[in-house]
Amino acid sequence: MERGGRHVLTELSFSVEAGEALLLTGPNGAGKTTLLKTIAGFIRPLSGRVAYSGAAEDWPLAERAHYVGHLNGLRATLTVEENARFWAEFLGGSTGHVLAALERFGLASLSAIPAGYLSAGQKRRLALARLLFAPRPLWLLDEPSSSLDARSTAVLASVLDEHVEAGGIVVAATHLPLGLARSRELRLGFAAGPA
Amino acid sequence: MSAFWTLVKRDLLIAAREGGATGTALGFYLIVIALMPLGLGPDMQLLSRIAPGVLWIGLLLAALLSLGRMFDTDQDEGVLEILATGPLPMELVAAAKALAHWISSCLPLAILAPVLGLLLNLELAAYPVLVGTVLAGSPAISFLGSIGAALTLRSRRGGLLIALLVLPLYIPTLIFGISAISAVVTPPGSLGSSLLLLSAVTIASLVIGPISAAAALRMQLS
Repeated sequence: MERGGRHVLTELSFSVEAGEALLLTGPNGAGKTTLLKTIAGFIRPLSGRVAYSGAAEDWPLAERAHYVGHLNGLRATLTVEENARFWAEFLGGSTGHVLAALERFGLASLSAIPAGYLSAGQKRRLALARLLFAPRPLWLLDEPSSSLDARSTAVLASVLDEHVEAGGIVVAATHLPLGLARSRELRLGFAAGPA
Repeated sequence: MSAFWTLVKRDLLIAAREGGATGTALGFYLIVIALMPLGLGPDMQLLSRIAPGVLWIGLLLAALLSLGRMFDTDQDEGVLEILATGPLPMELVAAAKALAHWISSCLPLAILAPVLGLLLNLELAAYPVLVGTVLAGSPAISFLGSIGAALTLRSRRGGLLIALLVLPLYIPTLIFGISAISAVVTPPGSLGSSLLLLSAVTIASLVIGPISAAAALRMQLS
């Protein structure tokens, strides 16, 4: 794979089964985000492919994956609930899940506040609540627990555990232990290719 | 299709709440047109003759002001990545955003245009045609503009670059818009064919704009 003219992640091969959580670890710049974006289909690999067994090659992303990147995807001038409702409707979820998801992440009492006024951790929680708006099997998470406090990290862990238990897949790039019941780790090192 | 209208509704809500873009465009249009009589002198016949062109060019420039905002806040906040994981193809995402831009920026300008015609002594017969051409032609401003907005996403201060990229694309709209008005003001001339060509340019832009903008957006994602 190539990022900004630089080769990262060469000769990487791995598979994740349904009901598994895979943690991507490794030093800064090792290619964790690149790998997530490649799985999400934003970046085309120079060679190789991402395949889903038992599914058509052109399985649309919209039906298979949630992507929670570094950025939270919130609009500062919309309220918490407006942001949440927009994503639920846009991603094809039911708006009935919105309140429950906000409740789960402890945001229900903040729903009328513009998202711009939230703290970094609260914004992160709102971004993570998106996972619960629409059911999708594959969750791609980039540093999901950044700026979360201990309690919210525990909530996140329980949400991820439930998803995995229900047969979903979690692929998360992280530096911090997420506290999942069971997970596998994939350590990425620096690629030894030409710069 | 519901995701399409959800996105349009969201962008209109944001435009209403943030307010700046529409207000700036209207204010800019008003000032540019108000400067014309001051700069050119109070020659009523001259003003009347150049009114259609001045009104159209002013409108293009005013609409251009808000183009840069079409995607950039969403890019900064990571919204584009998530939009890409939605059920809408990127082409329709770009189309929804261009449509929202047209409703929030171009439509208010189109309504202001005949009012500003008063400042330039526009001939009475020209008012309905002016409104008609602006309504038929202005969607091209938003949809072709979305190409420039998407291409300049990564460059800070891309505003001037957008103008350079997009203004040449507006030439057909400008020519047919003005020729339709002059067909009424200074006959002979064919109003019907100019209007049809103007609409054809708009319809083509509805297709070309989103497809090109989507290609640019996909590049920005990687």
